[in-house]
Amino acid sequence: MIDKILPSLEAALADIPDGATVMIGGFGNAGMPSALIDALIAQGARDLTIVNNNAGNGDTGVAALIKAKKVRKILCSFPRQPDSWNFDAAYRAGELELELVPQGTLAERIRAAGAGVGGFFTPTAYGTRLAEGKETRRIGNRDYVLEYPLHADYALIKADRADRWGNLTYRKTARNFAPIMAAAAKCTIVQVRETVELGALDPETVVTPGIFVQRVVRH
Amino acid sequence: MVKLDRKQMAARVARDIPEGSYVNLGVGLPTLVADHLPRGREIILHSENGVLGLGPRPAPGEEDEDLINAGKEPATLLVGGCYFHHADSFGMIRGMHLDFAVLGAFQVSVAGDLANWHTGGADAIPAVGGAMDLAVGAKQVLVMMEHLTKAGESKIVERCSYPLTGARCVNRIYTDLAVIDVKPDGLHVVEMVEGLAFEELQRLTGVPLGLT
Repeated sequence: MIDKILPSLEAALADIPDGATVMIGGFGNAGMPSALIDALIAQGARDLTIVNNNAGNGDTGVAALIKAKKVRKILCSFPRQPDSWNFDAAYRAGELELELVPQGTLAERIRAAGAGVGGFFTPTAYGTRLAEGKETRRIGNRDYVLEYPLHADYALIKADRADRWGNLTYRKTARNFAPIMAAAAKCTIVQVRETVELGALDPETVVTPGIFVQRVVRH
Repeated sequence: MVKLDRKQMAARVARDIPEGSYVNLGVGLPTLVADHLPRGREIILHSENGVLGLGPRPAPGEEDEDLINAGKEPATLLVGGCYFHHADSFGMIRGMHLDFAVLGAFQVSVAGDLANWHTGGADAIPAVGGAMDLAVGAKQVLVMMEHLTKAGESKIVERCSYPLTGARCVNRIYTDLAVIDVKPDGLHVVEMVEGLAFEELQRLTGVPLGLT
């Protein structure tokens, strides 16, 4: 019997090693899997490469991970926020490497990884400093920049409901990066509000099919 | 001459958004446009975190932490609105499905280059978000900004001195002094605030302007 539902956050995160690349869902605090992040800090893995749209707000979530000095590098589109003091301090101290990626390019690189695409040409950032050194090509009458897929060892995401096969539904804008991160990571770990019996989710409303999910924890 | 205030600028932009448009409003000044869209026009707002049919801020006490706008403020969903993931959201932008993006700017060049994400300072922490995607993806990019910097320099320039967000991407500029179209042959003034003579606008702007 397939049962991806684990009894604890600790069990779900136990094997994450130092140096892992970890995608973390959420846009701001909507969809941020805070319980998984707190458990990851406690688990102790360090030198992590983190992929998230932001670099944390306040002292919780991704910001707490940075504050705990577990992060070596972060790939994101918008680190600077009024309350990103943990990122700001680590970045200015040179403790943290930043790869700044336009938001749509970040999303598409993640999507490409999950979809087995080896690269893609995007018009975004052409002619700007974020495209410096990158291969470009004129296709039709537009200029494009070559971008590569972004894979991860783990994805930590938050969903609303899950069944034991790992089928997921989301709530409102908390969906954001979760479906594409689930597909892009080798091991996707989901924090859900509620677990339900197999068959209880309307198949028409499942957003992430369980094939993209390895572990589920209710929190 | 009476400069437009921020609300008047927002109302001026809103007037030009036709019925049936799909529109993304940038964070900051452009967000004000939502409050001035003419009643009776059905206009669908896109929020890049995954919403079509974005509604106004909820009443106090009605906030839902799972429903926010691109500025990470509490939001609502209009009847008929829907949610989608980030790759779909930016596919809509990059795939040129949005009719308008309204963006703030530090500078716009005569050629329509846009600079709005980075002040160029060596110690500034960079943050780009969806600005570069919106700049290349929307069918029409409308810029909304004060005409002059606090030091009195024109924000419409021959060449942007700040790092670019997108090259040759701006279609129209709305300032507190004028509405200016960016055309292949240069800048054309569509409208000026009351009491402002073209010669005075030309003097303040510095780069050559045409009068439509």
